[in-house]
Amino acid sequence: MVSGYLIYKAIIVVIVFLVGLGIAAYSTYAERKVAAFLQDRLGPNKAGPYGLLQPIADGVKMFMKEEIIPDVSNKFLFILGPSIAMLTACMTGAVIPWSTPLVINGVSYPLQITDINIGILYVFGVVSIGVYGIMIGGWASNNKFSLLGALRASAQMISYEIAMGLSIIALVMLTGTISLQEIAAQQSGWHWNVFYQPLGFIIFITCAFAECNRTPFDLPECETELVGGYHTEYSSMKLGFYLFAEYINMFISAAIISTLYFGGYNMPLIGRFVTDPNILSILGLVFFFGKIFFFIFFFMWIRWTVPRFRYDQLMHLGWRIFIPLSILNIVLTGLGILVFNK
Amino acid sequence: MLTNRSKVVVNKKMSFWERIYLPAIAGGLLITIKHFFRKKTTIDYPKEVREYSQIYRGQHVLKVDENGAERCVACGLCAVACPAEAISMTAAERAPGEENKYREEKYAAIYEINMLRCIYCGLCEDACPKEAIFLTDILVPVSATRDDMIYGKDKLTEKHFNEVPIKKRQTEEVAAFKAETKNKDLRHNVLGKSDSF
Repeated sequence: MVSGYLIYKAIIVVIVFLVGLGIAAYSTYAERKVAAFLQDRLGPNKAGPYGLLQPIADGVKMFMKEEIIPDVSNKFLFILGPSIAMLTACMTGAVIPWSTPLVINGVSYPLQITDINIGILYVFGVVSIGVYGIMIGGWASNNKFSLLGALRASAQMISYEIAMGLSIIALVMLTGTISLQEIAAQQSGWHWNVFYQPLGFIIFITCAFAECNRTPFDLPECETELVGGYHTEYSSMKLGFYLFAEYINMFISAAIISTLYFGGYNMPLIGRFVTDPNILSILGLVFFFGKIFFFIFFFMWIRWTVPRFRYDQLMHLGWRIFIPLSILNIVLTGLGILVFNK
Repeated sequence: MLTNRSKVVVNKKMSFWERIYLPAIAGGLLITIKHFFRKKTTIDYPKEVREYSQIYRGQHVLKVDENGAERCVACGLCAVACPAEAISMTAAERAPGEENKYREEKYAAIYEINMLRCIYCGLCEDACPKEAIFLTDILVPVSATRDDMIYGKDKLTEKHFNEVPIKKRQTEEVAAFKAETKNKDLRHNVLGKSDSF
């Protein structure tokens, strides 16, 4: 029985890993297509039908490119940087509840790698290690632009993590748990947390943009000021790892936003039409991925709409607006719990 | 204030809704999503080609007459008329037995147009007394070297029985004038006649 459990866990780990990589690869394609469509263009359409083979071509290109490691850089740290970025990006998928358990021959197979009871803390912990990948990479490059980009990235991520954590505290007060599986299960029907925590949701999604280094908060790599930011000196697949990690982070962020605020795998009214738990589980997976894809699209939509912030505006927004707002949100949530006795 | 579109900049204090930016961001998102579903301006070029103007001026052609003999007599008027000095030529005398290759006693042994210098104004066409050179709606293809862009007679002269149509460029008045002259030399340029010349 133990070996069967291990095999099942190994299978689900590999599936989550591969799906994460696949979605990240096709996010690069989707990003280019969405950007093109929002600008009245067609986007990549030459590699395969509708350009669908573009990510594969890009991947081959990344591997084939000459790899340059600057002489003056610290080689060990130079290689460590993208490795950490990629590793932490892949690790966060472990606690996301993809759907309700599948029951086969009376044995329940939860569609989640592990349901640790401190799921949110785990995600936060791993994400904050991610900043080291950028910091180490930028510092080891021995380049002014890289260093500036890395400094910006670390300052930005640290300041936005506070507001993000505070917005989560209000959510935890409401749900009474920090296990992602339980938070998702609580939001059945119309009880999506976004209706109870609209302010917290806005703070959380804005901080998620900042954590992913996406426009309007893409200052660590703003090409108009810093050449390429922290990855200026990187080439070949190490650059690919940084870019790839960003897209995996985006996928995980979308998954976490959907789990925390948009009911995860829950869909209102579906329980009336389908009762079989296994079919419900598969439908839940479909709904969950629908929500994830919507948020990935939303990330791109925002990127090609909103211009970049100035750095002082970014810090002002983080420290003097979002942190007080999220504290206000905690107070309001506490009052709400007291008054409505939820 | 010619267009009434200029806006006077006022540094007034922003209202609360303007300061939280969210309505403005939502407005921006609305604008971009409208573009998402709009018809794209890009065309899939090699597969579909944009419609050209009737009088589009592209690559030149050196016409041949109804027997396949070259019309050009290397008079040099096109080279003189050319504002970009793109045309150069070397004249030669027709040898006995070459009557089917060259229409008159003198012909252009070398005739070169530098397609990088050419501004496609069509003055060479106006200058030509023998109706030998015309601009067509053929696109000049790109090339990796400058030398390739100097077109000689091999690229410019049309093949007999495979003539390049040029009538589209003629206006009604010109065509009527040329039809009136009844000069067989000029017939290949008459509007409405078949494309064989």
